[in-house]
Amino acid sequence: MPCGSLKAFLRIDPANLCLTFTRIAVPYVAMKHIAAPVDRELKKGSAELLILSLVEHRARHGYEISKLIDERSDGVLKFNVASFYPLLYRLEKRGWIAGRWVEKAGQRRRRYYRLTSDGKQILKTQRATWLDFVNAIHRITEAENA
Amino acid sequence: MPDWAKEIRAAIAALNLEPMHEAELVEELSQHLRDRYDEMLAGGTDPNAAYGSLLQELNDGALVSGLKASLQAARPPVPLGKDENAGILAGIWSDLRFGSRLLQKNPGFAVVAILSLALGIGANTTIFQLLDAVRMRTLPVKDPQRLARVKIVDSPHCCHGDFYSPDSDLTGALWNSLRQQQQGFSRIAAWAPARRNLGQGGEARYANTLMVSGEFFDVLGVQPLLGRLLSPADDYRGCGAQGAVLSYTFWQREFGGRPEALGSKLTLNGQPFQIIGVTQANFYGVDVGQNFDVAIPICSEPVFSTKGSLMDGPAEWWIATIGRLKPGWTIERASTQLAAISPAVFAATLPGEYDAIEKKDYLAFRLGALPAATGVSGLRHDYEDPLWLLLALSGLVLLIACANLANLMLARASVRQREMALRLTLGASRSRLIRQLLAESLLLAALGTIAGAALAQILSRVLVAFLSTHDNQIFVELTPDWRVLGFATALAILTCVLFGLVPAMQASRTDPGVVMKTGRGLTASRDRFLLRRALVVSQIALSLVLLTGAFLFVRTFRNLMTEDAGFVQDHLLVVDFDFSPLKLPPASQMAYKQELLARMQSIPGVSSAAETLVVPLNHSGWDDNIDIPNGPQRQDVTLSRVSPGYFRTMETPLLAGRDFNQTDTPNSPRVAIVNEAFTRKFLGGANALGRFFTDSGKPDQTYQIVGLVKNTKYYTLREDDLPIAFVSFTQANGPQEDSQLMIRSDEPLASLISSIKHTANDINPSLVLTFSVLKTQIREGLLREQLMATLSGFFGALATILAMVGLYGVISYMVVRRRNEIGVRMALGASRNDILVMVLREAAILLGIGLVTGTALALAAGTAAASMLYGLKPRDPLTLGAAITGMIIVALLASLLPAQRAATVHPMEALREE
Repeated sequence: MPCGSLKAFLRIDPANLCLTFTRIAVPYVAMKHIAAPVDRELKKGSAELLILSLVEHRARHGYEISKLIDERSDGVLKFNVASFYPLLYRLEKRGWIAGRWVEKAGQRRRRYYRLTSDGKQILKTQRATWLDFVNAIHRITEAENA
Repeated sequence: MPDWAKEIRAAIAALNLEPMHEAELVEELSQHLRDRYDEMLAGGTDPNAAYGSLLQELNDGALVSGLKASLQAARPPVPLGKDENAGILAGIWSDLRFGSRLLQKNPGFAVVAILSLALGIGANTTIFQLLDAVRMRTLPVKDPQRLARVKIVDSPHCCHGDFYSPDSDLTGALWNSLRQQQQGFSRIAAWAPARRNLGQGGEARYANTLMVSGEFFDVLGVQPLLGRLLSPADDYRGCGAQGAVLSYTFWQREFGGRPEALGSKLTLNGQPFQIIGVTQANFYGVDVGQNFDVAIPICSEPVFSTKGSLMDGPAEWWIATIGRLKPGWTIERASTQLAAISPAVFAATLPGEYDAIEKKDYLAFRLGALPAATGVSGLRHDYEDPLWLLLALSGLVLLIACANLANLMLARASVRQREMALRLTLGASRSRLIRQLLAESLLLAALGTIAGAALAQILSRVLVAFLSTHDNQIFVELTPDWRVLGFATALAILTCVLFGLVPAMQASRTDPGVVMKTGRGLTASRDRFLLRRALVVSQIALSLVLLTGAFLFVRTFRNLMTEDAGFVQDHLLVVDFDFSPLKLPPASQMAYKQELLARMQSIPGVSSAAETLVVPLNHSGWDDNIDIPNGPQRQDVTLSRVSPGYFRTMETPLLAGRDFNQTDTPNSPRVAIVNEAFTRKFLGGANALGRFFTDSGKPDQTYQIVGLVKNTKYYTLREDDLPIAFVSFTQANGPQEDSQLMIRSDEPLASLISSIKHTANDINPSLVLTFSVLKTQIREGLLREQLMATLSGFFGALATILAMVGLYGVISYMVVRRRNEIGVRMALGASRNDILVMVLREAAILLGIGLVTGTALALAAGTAAASMLYGLKPRDPLTLGAAITGMIIVALLASLLPAQRAATVHPMEALREE
C-alpha cells in the first residue's frame, strides 16, 4: 500500500509503518527542538486515543499496552507507571474501557482491559479530531515548505 | 527480585484506599514493574540501576496525584453490629432488588411459592368478593345509609293470607295506611317484583318486572340515562298500562341500546306499555343478586288479572317498601313511631275473612323500620352462611400454604447460614438481616397476592355462573371495591409475616463465630428443626379439619341427592299453562282446565298427566289450620290441590283407600287424601280412612279422608315428613287462570316439549307455556349443598396435598440430617428394615400429634357447620374415621420415599461425610 493515506498511521497495520514513521516523525523531528511542555501536551492529548485504539480489537493488560505504545512509536512515546496507570484508571472510570482479572493456565492472573461501546464512540470521535488536526498541521507546514 | 508490592504499598499509602481495591492496585502495578524490571535486565541494564530508575518513577509523587483523581478513598470502617444508615427504610430498594435476584436464581422455589400463595389468596379473595357483593356493598344509589324499609317485626304469628314473593311485607291496605300515618320518612315508596311474559302465546319468555309506586326512583335518588323515570304523576288508581322504564341491561339486550326504543311499545303479559326511559348502567334495583328488567307503576297491577286488584285484597301480601329517613331521624326513632301507630293501622286494615284467632293475631302485629342500605337479597339469605364458612375454610388453606412456605424458608435459611454469618461479621445488625429476609418474603407475598387477586376475578365469575340457574340468573357487582382490595392487601401482609417473620428471626440468630469456624454452615440448629416439625404438625391438624369438613359436606350432598322424596323424580316435566290472555269467563275456567288436562293426557308418549296446585320441592306451598273432631284443634297442616291420577303420575304409592275421581264434584261431600305423617300426628297412627277434619274457623268446610299415601317431600328435601292433606281439583270452584301439570313420559325431552307446544297451539295459540324438568328443578334447589361439597372438597384436597408436601420435606430433611447417624447404625448392624421403621416412626409421631390436635379442632369446629349438614351429625364417627384414614395414607405416601432413601444409605459413604 503506498504511503499516501493519513488514516493509515492510526491503524495497527505493519504495512503502514513507513507512513507512521514518516508522518509522525516529521512533526516530532521538527518540534524536537521546541520546549518540552509542548511535547508533553501532545503526548497527554494523544494518550487516550492510543490506549483506546490498542484495545479496540483485543483485550490487553496494562504492561502490554504501554509496551506496544513504546514499540510502535519506536520509543517516541513512553509512559511510565506513574503516568500510565492513572490514565488507564481514568478511562475505566469514564466507562470507555472495562477491566477484568483473567487467570490463564500456568500464569499469574492479570487485569485485561477491553473497549466498551461508549469507548468505541469516543474512539471514533477522537480519531476524526486527530485526523483534522494532523491535516491542518500538514497543510500549514507543507504550504510553508512549498 | 525487589519486593515491588511493598514499595507500591508504601507509595500509595496516602491514598487510603479500600483494602481490596488497594490489593488489586498493588498486584497490577507490581506485575507491571516486574515486567519492566525484567525487560531492563534483559536489555543489559544493571539491576541496581534498573531498580533505582523504577523506584524513582514510583515515588516522584505523580502516581499518587494521578491516582487520587480516579480512585475513591475508603470510607470509615463501620463498627460491628451497627448500620451505616440508621433509617428504617434505608436500603429497602436494594433489599427488594436482591430478593428479586435470589428468586430469579431459584425459579422452581419461586414458582411453587407464588403458586401456593396465589391459590390460597385467590380462594380467599374470591369468597370475600362474593360476600362483599352480597352482604356488604351498599346499593348504588344516593346516600344509601339513609334508606330503610318497613315490615312487621316481633310478631311470631305473622301472617295469614297469600304471599307473592319472598319480599312480601305488607298488604295494599297496610301500605296505604302506612303512607298516610308514618312520620319518620321524608319519602317512602312501595315495590313488588313479578315475572311477566314478553311473548304472545307459546313458550313464555319472562322479564323481571318491578311494580313501583311513583316515589320509588325519587326515594333512591337515581337519575335516568335516557328519557325520564316514573314519578308520582304516573301512579294513580286505575292508571292501566302506562309508562315503563327499562333497565340499562334490558335495553341493551332487547333493543340493542338504540335511543329509538323510547316511545316504542313493550308487551307484558299481553298488555302494551310505552317505554318512557332507561336507567343508568349501574342501577339494578333493590334486590342484590337480581337485575330488574322493566319498572312499571304499581297502579298497573290490575291489568294483569281478572280477579281484581291485589291492592284491594285485605290478605294479599305482595308489597315491600323502601323509604328515605328525614334529616335527624334514626331507624330506631322511626321504629318507635311506627310501633306507636301500629294498633290503629292494623285495626283499620283488619281482613274480614279472618277467623277469630287470626284476627286476634293480626291486631297484635307491630310495624318496625329496618336498615335498607344493602337492599334485600334472597341470595344473601341463602348463601351468606355458606360463604362465611367457605371463607373460614379457605383461610385454613391459606394458613397451611403459609406453613409450607415457612418450612421452605427455614430450609433456605439453613443453607444461607454462612451468608448470614458473613453479613453479621461485616457489620449488619440483626434487625437489618430480618428486614432483608422479610423483604424477600414481602416480594413473594406481593407477587402471590397480585396473581391471587387476578385469579379471584376469574373464580368469582365462575362461582356466580355456578350459582345461576335457568330460571334464576344471578347478577352481582364484582368490580373490586376498596374493601376487596384492602382485604387482599391485608392478606399479603399477613402471609408475609406468617411465613417470613419467624424464619427471618431464626436466621438472624446465627452465631457468626461458630458458623465461620465450622466452615460448612449447613447444620440447622435444634430450634429450627423443632419449628419445622411444629409447622408440619399444624399442617396435618388443619388438613384433618378441612378433610373432615369436606367429607361431611360431600356426604350431606349425597344424602340429599339420594333422599327418597316419596315420588319418582325422573321423566317428569312440569308445564305451566297460563290462559289469562284468553280472558275466559270465570265460570268456565275450571272446565277449561279439565279439558286442557285431558288433551295433554292424550298426547302420544305421555304415560300420565295430572294437575297440581303446588309443585313438590318448589320452595312454595299452601298451609292452613285444621280441627280434628274430638281431637287436636287448630293444627297447622300443609295442603295441596291435585287432580285425579296425580299419585299415579308421581308414582307415589297409594297405601289405602282410593284416589280422587270424577264422582268428587263441587256438589258432593268434600274428600281428602292424607299422608302417613298426617295420621301419625293427628290421628295417633290409627286408620285414617273415613275420618274427618275441618278447616279451622270454617266448620262448614269438612273433609272426609278417602285415601292414604306414602310420605312425600313438600318444600325441601331436608324437611322432616310434614303432615300433608291433598284435596281435589274436581271439587274446586275456582276461578283460576292457570294450570300446572305434571307430565310423565319416557319420550326424549325435546320431542315431548314439541308435542305439547303443538297441542297447546291447536287448543289456542294464545296459551302461554312454561316448561321445567322436575329433576333439574330439584337439583337446582340443592345448589347450596353442591357448592359446599364442591368447594370444601377442593379445599380439603388442596390442604391434604400441601400437608403431604410439608411432611415429605421435613422427613427428607430429617433423613439428610441424620445420614451420619444412619450410617453408624447400619455399620453397627441395623438392617434396612430397622432404618425404615426408624424414619417412619418419626413421621408417625408427627402424624399422631397432628391427628390428635386436628381431631379436637374438627370436633370443635364441626358445630359451626351443623345447620348445613343433613343425615349426619358434625361429630359423625364414620366421617372422622375416614378423614383420619385418609391422612394416614397420605402421610405414609409422603414418608415412604425418604424412608426408602434412608434405608439405602451406604454406611461407608455416610460415615465419610463426618
